[in-house]
Amino acid sequence: MHNLAFDIAHLLAGGLVLISFMMLYQDRLYALLNIFALHAVVLALSVAWQAFVQNAPHLYVTAMIALVFKAIIIPVALHRIVKQLGIHRDIETAVGIGLTMLAGMGLVALSMVLMLRVTGAADPLAREDLAFALSVVLLGLLVMVTRRNAVSQVVGFMSLENGLVLAATGAKGMPLVVEISVAFSILIAFIVIGVFLFRIRERFDTVDVGALDEFRGERR
Amino acid sequence: MTAASDAVAWVLLIPICAATVLAVLPGYRLTAGLNILASLGTLLAALSLLVIERPQPGYYLLIDDLNIVFIVLNTFVGFTTSVFSASYIAHELETGRLTPGYLRFYHAMYQVMMFGMNLAFVSNNIGLMWVAVEIATLTTVLMVGIYRTHAALEAAWKYFILGSVGIALALFGTILVYMAARPVIGEGQDAMVWTVLISRAATFDPALLNVAFIFLLLGYGTKVGLAPLHAWLPDAHAEGPTPISAVLSGLLLNVALYAVLRFKILLAANPDAISPGPLMVTMGLTSLLFAAFMLYRRRDIKRLFAYSSIEHMGIIVFAFGMGGPLANFAGLLHMVMHSLTKSGIFYAVGHIAQVKGTQRIANIRGLTETHPALGWSLVIGVVAIAGLPPLGIFMSEFLIVSSTFARQPLLAIPLVFGLLLAFGALILRLTSLAFGEPRGNAAPADASYLPMFAHFALVLTAGIYLPGPLVVWFQHVANLLG
Repeated sequence: MHNLAFDIAHLLAGGLVLISFMMLYQDRLYALLNIFALHAVVLALSVAWQAFVQNAPHLYVTAMIALVFKAIIIPVALHRIVKQLGIHRDIETAVGIGLTMLAGMGLVALSMVLMLRVTGAADPLAREDLAFALSVVLLGLLVMVTRRNAVSQVVGFMSLENGLVLAATGAKGMPLVVEISVAFSILIAFIVIGVFLFRIRERFDTVDVGALDEFRGERR
Repeated sequence: MTAASDAVAWVLLIPICAATVLAVLPGYRLTAGLNILASLGTLLAALSLLVIERPQPGYYLLIDDLNIVFIVLNTFVGFTTSVFSASYIAHELETGRLTPGYLRFYHAMYQVMMFGMNLAFVSNNIGLMWVAVEIATLTTVLMVGIYRTHAALEAAWKYFILGSVGIALALFGTILVYMAARPVIGEGQDAMVWTVLISRAATFDPALLNVAFIFLLLGYGTKVGLAPLHAWLPDAHAEGPTPISAVLSGLLLNVALYAVLRFKILLAANPDAISPGPLMVTMGLTSLLFAAFMLYRRRDIKRLFAYSSIEHMGIIVFAFGMGGPLANFAGLLHMVMHSLTKSGIFYAVGHIAQVKGTQRIANIRGLTETHPALGWSLVIGVVAIAGLPPLGIFMSEFLIVSSTFARQPLLAIPLVFGLLLAFGALILRLTSLAFGEPRGNAAPADASYLPMFAHFALVLTAGIYLPGPLVVWFQHVANLLG
């Protein structure tokens, strides 16, 4: 039974990393949002499984937040924003897809090497979880730096945050996990509202350095 | 004991209650007055912590030697800024940059931000501390974007994304600390409580602790504004309302640095962990040198002082990285002095920018002639921040430099070079701002001078004579920091 528990946790956490990779090569906003919803569903499953294995019922709350908020509400809201702003065109990726994927693999390798080396003393489940979580965090960062569009940056940030929730739930018996996931949800809600209210689309239309200088008030 | 817990509760309750009330109350005079009153109440509650017996550390809250002076400093600058903000915001309402609706929002957010920062200081739980820093970040983001201009939104967004990534990394570090503590302390609440962590830190897994510290340093370091993670800082300072620039530089950077210091103590308590010194020295020196060079190219007055904040944070982190009683002492002193001086400068700059109607350095000249009080305040402030005697920053910088020369002469060379560079840049800008042929609007300023005079008077006093009890406290904490 223990082995099965371990395998399923491993499978779900590994699935998250895989889906993070899928985000790297999406070049349409709608597709990216769908992949993110999938990411959140897998996270919810993984957290629920941890709740079951660790016998920690409060984690079911975190799983529910992930499922309802991040897999349904946020993607739907972002879908509508994308539609209203009329930006369902290609995402301008700053770096080519091949290079991004290579960088992603490098980051995953880095986090495996780092986490597996330093967590030798921890129990294997937490250990693998942490390594996967760091991979998801780093891949989320990579999504953020390779995109210029505000919506896809938000998606990158949310997938990064999913990695943190994975890490927090994998750390057995960690207090405040529910509170932290709520705090993060508020943060994300703020970002999404910010994207909508501030109409950030306009400012991403220009990547002209001259315009940037003007923003900064530093042009002579 | 109960009185003490009450005082801690008041420090947190007053801002949060005031925020609720301010969010619904209309009218400028009433709300600005209430804002000042609430900040004063918080300051008094914080001051009472100094005299009454300290409460027992609980699961969530803690008052100890390290945080108590920061709480007092935080509430003090919070109070003076609210006084400054009242006259600043009156002008913004007149010119129509802020509408009454946004004003309500502004005051409510101001108090929520004070709540977040106070909570970060008094929290005894590393998770709670993280949540508090997040609250403070969120509210400042909203305030930076409050003018809703293109540039303000750009700045707020940049701050938002970089700040969020920073706190995300900090959370990962926090989780790793918990992982390191769990095998020793056991599962559950205890393994995140600061006082428990520090008492058992020697037996934690050092490898995990090392990695955790790196994440925490990068994460909270983003919020300290350390190069190369500083990109949000100048924009956020330049585009938001000036009271917020003052609070950002004077307080929020300190909050993040305080978090780093907490974890540095934790690392120092474990004999097998890496020494955080070299990391912090490198980041500090990089920030100092980078900001010193950048100071020369600034054409916006608020941006100029934002880069100066990066420079000073670099100096402070360098001092703590050097470690040892003397450098730590100097670092703590520098934190306090920088906080007071920089917010004082921003008070002056805020009024100057309002009366001149511009933030461009080229359009502001001869201030000492047109606005003697503002002009000379700025002169005093810049002289202080550039590190000239007899003001407080001279003393702390002198201590940092001399202790570095005594222990690592090679490191002292870039340090002194950076200090001189920054000094040159600031004096260069100051001469054009304060002296020469007056340029721009010469109408008298409707300014509140009291906050900046109070700050500069404190900095001057500290430079000439540091009271005995304060020195003892600084020395004690400097020893704690290892």
